[in-house]
Amino acid sequence: MDSVTGENLVKYYKNFKALDSVSFTIQEGECFGFLGANGAGKTTLMNMIYGFISPTSGRIQIFDKELNKKTLPEIKRIIGVVPQDNNLDPDLSVIENLLVYARYFDIKRKEALKRAEELLNFVDLYKWKQTNIRKLSGGMKRKLTFIRGLINDPEILILDEPTTGLDPRSRRQIWDRIEMLKHSGKTIILTTHYMEEAEKLCDKIAIMGKGKILVIDTPQNLSIQFSGNLEKVYLNMTED
Amino acid sequence: MNIKRALRVWQRNATVYRKLYRSSLALNFLEPMLYLIALGYGLGGFIKEINGLSYIEFIAPGIIMSSAMYAASYECTYGTYVRMEYQKTFDAVLATPIIFNELVLGELLWGATKSLIYGSIIIIVISLFGLVKSSFVLFLIPFIFFCGLIFASLSLIATALVPGIDSFNYFYTLILTPLFLFSGIFFPLEEMPEIVLSIAKINPLLHLVNIARAFCYGNIERAILTDLFYVLIYLIILLPLPFLLLKRRYLL
Repeated sequence: MDSVTGENLVKYYKNFKALDSVSFTIQEGECFGFLGANGAGKTTLMNMIYGFISPTSGRIQIFDKELNKKTLPEIKRIIGVVPQDNNLDPDLSVIENLLVYARYFDIKRKEALKRAEELLNFVDLYKWKQTNIRKLSGGMKRKLTFIRGLINDPEILILDEPTTGLDPRSRRQIWDRIEMLKHSGKTIILTTHYMEEAEKLCDKIAIMGKGKILVIDTPQNLSIQFSGNLEKVYLNMTED
Repeated sequence: MNIKRALRVWQRNATVYRKLYRSSLALNFLEPMLYLIALGYGLGGFIKEINGLSYIEFIAPGIIMSSAMYAASYECTYGTYVRMEYQKTFDAVLATPIIFNELVLGELLWGATKSLIYGSIIIIVISLFGLVKSSFVLFLIPFIFFCGLIFASLSLIATALVPGIDSFNYFYTLILTPLFLFSGIFFPLEEMPEIVLSIAKINPLLHLVNIARAFCYGNIERAILTDLFYVLIYLIILLPLPFLLLKRRYLL
């Protein structure tokens, strides 16, 4: 089943064309990666999939529903978002960040607490649960932002550079979790600058440049087709 | 728009407030008390009476409304601005089922709730001073909330329009301070020149202060209908604007 479909998505910021008729189909249970240089339009596209940015033209379909004003709340209910910037709530502690966020999804407190504690344990943040966000290291904030995106047990997970700034051990924790989610049939959409990450996690990769999708294929095919490793492919494709 | 989801945003702000209220409550509440004591007793010593009320009795009901006005205004200018621009709380909330209008409604209701908290505390305090003469004062509570909605709306409009956080100084100095001073809290405006009087008539705080004074002393006359009418008109005009203007500023 198709999980997320984008059709001819265009986005203008004033006169700047950030997305130029982007189309793609992501299958349910697939891990789909978007690669591209800074400013290629990846974040714009991610933000568009959960309705944070509306396209200038084109349409997005999530499972059997078209994304529009009316369907937005119910679609967002099944999506988990890990944004590029850690927009954690600095007025709240670690655990409160998760509980308040869960409340936006109408998750009952008891259930939210159970999920929050499990997720905190998974990324080794449990002992920091009463700590204020301001006192966390960059890596801890990143991990907390990641698990916050899982609190609603989403069907579709949007990860915008999930492991940027993480040490190897923390990165491994996040990858393990992503693998787990993939095995349980969740759809994962991620952007990354790490070829290793894309190669390890993604079933399919779209390489973007200047607001366009240049190619979509499996990492293996891309490597074979361009006779090299993924990094070479990437550097070739995104050359000016 | 779904009111339950808007209340989730309200709840977030309430959760944060519960952690911090001890420090902020004392401060916001100290300032009106200073006015009441310094002016009420200090200046009041030189003033015989106004419309049959001692000076402190004259100003006390107005202080309820001005506290409510400032409580909603601080919340929906600096508070909302920080959540929107610096803390990126808006970004985080909009990744959940909450949509933009619900977020704005949540902020608006929270601002009005702050008014309700501070206004009610002033009622309690002036009652302890023996300055409340009528149980009609309880009917004032919804009007404190309306006062909150009016100034929360006005403040969110300012938040939508300011280029940066420093510009709120203009909002306070050029709009709120004149509204505060020419609201009939400290002196009856009838003695002022005709032109001042007619400008003051469009001051929403003036009408709220009139209502407060009437309810505190159970002195309800026909003239209050005009005040009620103005409050209603302000609510109708102002309430939709934050939704439109904040959306224009924030959403891409």
